Amino acid sequence: MDIIVEGIKQAFVLLFTLDPEVLGITWLSLKISGTATFLSMFIGVSVGTVVALTKFPGRRFVVSLINTGMGLPPVVVGLFVTIFLWRNGPLGFLEILYTPTAIIIAQTVIATPIVMGISLAAIQALPANLRLQILALGATRLQMVWILVKEARLPLLAAVMAGFGGVISEVGASIMVGGNIKGYSRVLTTATVMETGKGNFDIAMALGIILMLLSFIINSILTHVQQRERPR
Amino acid sequence: MKRFGKIGIVAAALLFIACVCYVAPENVMAKQKNVILATTTSTQDTGLLDVLNPIFEKKTGYFVKTISVGSGQAMAMGKKGEADVLLVHSQDAEKKLVAEGYGINRRLVMHNDYIIIGPPGDPAGIKGLKSGTEAFKKIASAQSIFMSRGDNSGTNAKEKAIWKKAEINPEGQKWYQQTGLGMGQTIAIAAEKKAYTLADRGTYLALKKNLGLDILVEGDAILLNIYHVIEVNPDKWPKVNAAGAKAFADFMVSKQVQRIIKTFGVDKYGSPLFFPDAGKKEDQLGK
Repeated sequence: MDIIVEGIKQAFVLLFTLDPEVLGITWLSLKISGTATFLSMFIGVSVGTVVALTKFPGRRFVVSLINTGMGLPPVVVGLFVTIFLWRNGPLGFLEILYTPTAIIIAQTVIATPIVMGISLAAIQALPANLRLQILALGATRLQMVWILVKEARLPLLAAVMAGFGGVISEVGASIMVGGNIKGYSRVLTTATVMETGKGNFDIAMALGIILMLLSFIINSILTHVQQRERPR
Repeated sequence: MKRFGKIGIVAAALLFIACVCYVAPENVMAKQKNVILATTTSTQDTGLLDVLNPIFEKKTGYFVKTISVGSGQAMAMGKKGEADVLLVHSQDAEKKLVAEGYGINRRLVMHNDYIIIGPPGDPAGIKGLKSGTEAFKKIASAQSIFMSRGDNSGTNAKEKAIWKKAEINPEGQKWYQQTGLGMGQTIAIAAEKKAYTLADRGTYLALKKNLGLDILVEGDAILLNIYHVIEVNPDKWPKVNAAGAKAFADFMVSKQVQRIIKTFGVDKYGSPLFFPDAGKKEDQLGK
């Protein structure tokens, strides 16, 4: 019990004294996972929408692949990204292994199928007649897609939240491709693992609480956007 | 409806650009001057590198990327040219790496020692034994639970060497369990399960406050834990930052660092965590 109380106390001490290292780590986590979520939102929603609205041979197979991708194990993604980015690997010339950019890449790979899978289901769940009606009212194809995306705003924002939740809490890939380098590629999750390894359970707990707070704030903002009255 | 759409897109685009701009410049800056240091978990978990790296970076302008893994993995990274310099503690594997030509300039940096820790009740009765090998034999014959790292780290290699010397093969025995985790976590599990384990003194001291494990055996020559710095051979891997590696290795054996090592941890734990050894011969240690 002591450790739990101590952890909560530590979390508030670290937050309210504005500990520069913890603030830096928190900010970096937000930057990295935010960017990754953004990238995956663009790729995920657009590809998900296209797959939802078109028919082509092998479509079911593609959908199965996307749905499987929603459960991609972060460590496996981390391993593959590491091997590709190694100095002597196929993308070694980029020299981005053990940088925040590498973490963004790995997290984008993790979040994209999550956003894509939920988007696909969201768009496909709209009534089929809606499309006909929109087109009948004289909309171009692009306008139709835009209206559909707005119509599915609720589940699409849920998709983004799921993607963000997936990457902000992820540790396996971040530690492998980022290296947990102090002041450079150390994020909340990797710092938590390290502090646990050091036996600083109170600080580890504090970092965990800060991570959950951060996650709560971001999701509150997204939920606010999601749940507000639709402007007419 | 339209309003939300347009503002949304503009905000999204701006935020995206902002994010990319924040992250990108750091990389460009860091590119030419990186030194990748692959090292064992103990040097990071004790906080030693957090003290040394900033001094090195300020002095030389290099940026050290510390990748903290087990010694086995650290050397695998060196062998593949994915690290520039190694700070490790796994004698036999190190010698092999140098003999194969992947590592050069292996130099002694410091040592501390391993200890056999276990529950204060000491069911195998090893407390106070002078020999690590003897202690391992007793643990085996009492079939007391022993937690092994099982991860090819330097500590794991040392542990296997002691089992070999004791002529016991613990693999597959019910009382012999492998965590596959770092030293800190393995100690925590051993504490939880009231098991014996082999630990480096530094990590044990750093963790002691949360544990109910005692030092039962210490001081045997076989329990020495010796750290070397090895530069990765640029002839094998041309992309290696040889100048940076050499600068870091020189720094580790410099008088300044050796002085810091000598007193590191005294304020926090009451005794030093490492003993500086630069320039000494291996067989002089522990005497």
